[in-house]
Amino acid sequence: MKVGLVIVSHSARLAEGVAELAAQMAPDVIVLPAGGMATGGLGTDYEAVSNALDRAESGAGVVLLYDLGSARMTAELAVESLGDPSRAYVVDAPLVEGAVAAAVAAQGDATLDGVAEAAAGAAREAFADAAETGAAETDSASAGAGDQEAGPVHTLQVTLTNEVGLHARPAALLARTLTGLTAEASVEVGDQRADARSVLGLMGLNARFGDQVVVTATGPDAEEALRRVKALVDRNFDE
Amino acid sequence: MGCSVEGVVAALRSAAEVVTAHRDELVELDRVIGDADHGENLKRGFTALVSKLDLSEPPATPSAALKLAATTLISTVGGAAGPLYGTALLRAATSVGDAAELDAAGVAAALRAALDGVVARGKAEPGDKTMVDALTPAVAAAEAAAASGSTVAEVLSAAADAADEGAASTVPLVARKGRASYLGERSANHLDPGSRSTALLLRSFAESAGGGDR
Repeated sequence: MKVGLVIVSHSARLAEGVAELAAQMAPDVIVLPAGGMATGGLGTDYEAVSNALDRAESGAGVVLLYDLGSARMTAELAVESLGDPSRAYVVDAPLVEGAVAAAVAAQGDATLDGVAEAAAGAAREAFADAAETGAAETDSASAGAGDQEAGPVHTLQVTLTNEVGLHARPAALLARTLTGLTAEASVEVGDQRADARSVLGLMGLNARFGDQVVVTATGPDAEEALRRVKALVDRNFDE
Repeated sequence: MGCSVEGVVAALRSAAEVVTAHRDELVELDRVIGDADHGENLKRGFTALVSKLDLSEPPATPSAALKLAATTLISTVGGAAGPLYGTALLRAATSVGDAAELDAAGVAAALRAALDGVVARGKAEPGDKTMVDALTPAVAAAEAAAASGSTVAEVLSAAADAADEGAASTVPLVARKGRASYLGERSANHLDPGSRSTALLLRSFAESAGGGDR
């Protein structure tokens, strides 16, 4: 039983293409396109989204991704009209990266929360990449413009004592615990490093039980970020 | 003196006529700063609504009529206007409850609920160059009119006047929501099609209420 995905787009072909791409990474996940109008034109079709939502639900919940504003509204309406709206999430994420990240997480048996977080994490990753590129470009021009008073670097060294290490659920919890904080944080294991807000990135570190992990943070809330991460590790990620 | 279910159905039919008559105007407004489908989408939705009113059992209450309009627009409009007007009508339907007739205060409360629904759905604020810019002053005017003892027709007329002004106020604005927001500064100096259709719909309701038995 895996979380299902619905791709809501104004264009039938766009939805089908994104679903095809995501499904390739996740053979056992139901990924359904819901794009275009019943009459063939561009637009979002409430009935089509509702039907796809029903068919994608196999008991583990459904994550819906959308292309543009009104697709979001149609998706939200479809979710609200479910018997239990908490069984489906409309996630704000870049459509292609979000769908692939969500499909991979669902294939790995992530919970509904975990799949939603994976999709949302893809957005942060995309923005982080863009910010990095931007910073690199401005570096030569003016030094201060790119970094927003990063301040001192805070570091935390911990050993993972939970059974599964930084697998999907713990990675999602770690990323989520930083929500609302103004801080850049990264996690290092050996010579690998990942953005602490990127679920996929954290999972890619392959950190296991017993591994030493170094967390660094900068920004106004850096200390609070490390405090939260430490609390999470101390709690064994609530396993 | 209130508005019965027949009054609500007449208002919805009147809206369908007005939307159809202004289809090209709305398409043209949307062509400049959007995706050129607003007029066609609304015409499709309201035409479907009229067919349902013609073919099915007449709705029994104002609430049922509003709900029928909501579900029809949601499933047939296709653009942002579907979920937005659909949510507005659904909230209005909930607001009027099982009342057999709407009085002036009931109409004003339904408009307030509709505005809250549009804001909840579209997350737009006044000044974002959306239908909220027409609907917000319309609701305030309707509430003021209802509080001063106006009839249903007068309440709707006040709302329509304020919506016209509100729509006109979107011309200089830079869009912050919807398809036009991708244009940035280039969206300024154009009338927002959603605010225009909101003003048109309220005017059609006002005329329907004034023309028939209030």
